[in-house]
Amino acid sequence: MFKIVKAEFLAQDIKLFQIEAPRIAKKRKAGQFVIIRLDEHGERIPLTIADSDPEKGTITIVVQGVGKTTKALNLKETGDTIMDVVGPLGEPSHIEKFGTAVSIGGGVGTAIAYPTAKALKEAGNYVITINGARSKDLVILEEEMKQVSDEAYITTDDGSYGFHGFVTQKLQALIDEGKKLDFVLAIGPIPMMKAVADVTRPYGIKTVVSLNPIMVDGTGMCGGCRVIVNGQSKFACVDGPEFDAHGVDFHNLADRNKMYSVYEKEALEKFEHECKLDKKIEAIENAG
Amino acid sequence: MQQQLTAKERMKIPRHHMIEQDPLERSRNFEEVNLGYTAKMAQEEALRCIQCPKPSCVEGCPVNIQIKDFINLIAEGDFLGAVHKIKEDNALPAICGRVCPQEEQCEQACVVGKRGEPVAIGYLERFVADYERKQGKIEYPTINKSTGKKIAIVGSGPAGLSCANDLVQWGHKVTVFEALHELGGVLVYGIPEFRLPKEIVRKEIDGLRKMGVEFVTDAVIGRTTTVDELMQEEGYDAVFVGVGAGLPWFMGIPGENLVGVYSANEFLTRVNLMKAYRFPEFDSPILDCRGKNVAVFGGGNTAMDAVRTSLRLGAKNAYIVYRRSEKEMPARVEEVKHAKEEGVQFKILTNPVEFIGDEKEWLKAVKLIKMELGEPDDSGRRRPVPIEGSEYIMDIDIAVVAIGNGSNPLIQQTTPEIETSKRGTIVVDSETMKTSKKGVFAGGDIVTGGATVILAMGAGRKAAKAIHEYVMEGKW
Repeated sequence: MFKIVKAEFLAQDIKLFQIEAPRIAKKRKAGQFVIIRLDEHGERIPLTIADSDPEKGTITIVVQGVGKTTKALNLKETGDTIMDVVGPLGEPSHIEKFGTAVSIGGGVGTAIAYPTAKALKEAGNYVITINGARSKDLVILEEEMKQVSDEAYITTDDGSYGFHGFVTQKLQALIDEGKKLDFVLAIGPIPMMKAVADVTRPYGIKTVVSLNPIMVDGTGMCGGCRVIVNGQSKFACVDGPEFDAHGVDFHNLADRNKMYSVYEKEALEKFEHECKLDKKIEAIENAG
Repeated sequence: MQQQLTAKERMKIPRHHMIEQDPLERSRNFEEVNLGYTAKMAQEEALRCIQCPKPSCVEGCPVNIQIKDFINLIAEGDFLGAVHKIKEDNALPAICGRVCPQEEQCEQACVVGKRGEPVAIGYLERFVADYERKQGKIEYPTINKSTGKKIAIVGSGPAGLSCANDLVQWGHKVTVFEALHELGGVLVYGIPEFRLPKEIVRKEIDGLRKMGVEFVTDAVIGRTTTVDELMQEEGYDAVFVGVGAGLPWFMGIPGENLVGVYSANEFLTRVNLMKAYRFPEFDSPILDCRGKNVAVFGGGNTAMDAVRTSLRLGAKNAYIVYRRSEKEMPARVEEVKHAKEEGVQFKILTNPVEFIGDEKEWLKAVKLIKMELGEPDDSGRRRPVPIEGSEYIMDIDIAVVAIGNGSNPLIQQTTPEIETSKRGTIVVDSETMKTSKKGVFAGGDIVTGGATVILAMGAGRKAAKAIHEYVMEGKW
């Protein structure tokens, strides 16, 4: 059992958790992830570690409630527990002094990009961060990102805050201004990562993405997380999760990630139905 | 009664066959296929043993169980005595009695078998182990006085469990680290419920816990903690690495990343460990096999486990596609027999060339090619050679690749002093299971590549003996 020592919403459906996991906190490096299982009947899902505090023995994860497991997790509060937390898994981000490094985060990907952006800054890079959200109320970690950036930009799809448009448009604008970019890290939804790769490809800018395929064990045993990179099959859990963006077959990744969408929908509907019932019962009890 | 029978008379008693669930019925449920002997059957079967002065069956057993003696005890009706006799050499008889390839080991060496069918040693082992468990009178071996030595065991599969079993009895403090959330390694994620009920594995592990073994789940050695940290920071005097085989092999043919192509490890893990066959009661799904065509590629026990699992998940057609002939199949004879009885269709001397998908990258067919056997290869088996122009297309919805595993790289990556072979397996001294790093021993599939439960257990015991000598004498 792993105890949640802090739980707070950063935006609608996006929640931050600090979890007691001293061994993982001590070991973890930027770019690595944990696999969690909520309870006896739970599935195992990978979540990138956003931060850690080795002294306190805690790790931080930021979770967007999308499917059953993430929505159930987001109902947890301080003092609750998670049955299994295992890690740190995956290869850490490759950090060096590239020169000018751009960290791009889309949605909850911002939280995943944060530790690597921080590490890039600590390695002496000139760090530019571009973080995109659908609208102003979904912008997360703005302050944290600013602190590790030499230049920090926010983009919103609807123009309600910061730059009106997609992260790729901002990236293109920086390139067009004549900024020499040496390294780009992009973490977010698959279409966004693919679009960033398409922007940087013609300029030959080294670009890395952190992939989120479906996993089970996270230690290389099942092979479910295999992705095609430069024509070769790689296991995201032991070879990744970060890969050369220009070699990734995003199309295959997107298709494989849809593999269980029918089941995910069924599980979510069942879960939400049960939540509603719970609320009704609660209301009846309170009225009684 | 036994003394009254001559060897000739004993050899005339026919072998008792296992009571099994009806093939059609069982192919749709996850209950155990073999139902076990009755006490009467076990005693009669035990009488078939001619009590050879030099029992070759014992030589045939990788852990040298005192087979002749335990069978004699069964014949005398002392079932608990028999299981205690087995436990002197084998910590996990209920498991080995179910999954060992006896026909290649003890039963192959059985003298009775030279003239007819061998004594059913495996079924007898299983019977007494189940008898003890059902009686609820499990006797634990005495634990020696504490030595004050701490041993870390990495991996809770058969190698680790048997190693822990010996070491804890000799008075050491033993901690087993497991990467997954459940203990048992391949016994829980790999071998299906219908061949090895998980309740049995849990009971065996509970036994070890009662004997004082400590278990830590969710601990990936090489990631959460390294071997060096275990020894330097956490004070372990020796480490046994029994992490099993690792990364599943794929065939390297086009279309292997289509949706619907699984490794056997993933397919079985989803069903066995994550209980996907009980979705949505359990959260992990598996692609719906009901009314579908499922093809499993490979001819080993894992392939048989996967294909029989697909039937239980409702597959309309379940195929084994194997590139050699049935004779070369590495699977146990009993598994092949069971698979056929349940309706698995065997496409032997056939190899996949390409997986074919639709526009959404979902698998819809496989292109196969017929093979013929040529000259023997390195393994001594005749090499399969494709027959030119014999390609054809078979419609399938789900493919499971069961052609074996490479080695898990996590420990070697973080502990480079542990020497590995070109294949990535850990190199050890075959007698002591010592690796190239002082204080570190290894055994099981991480050393041999994919092998059997009993070989892993044998390796775990060999290592236990050497670990005991090392920590007590301090000599490497």
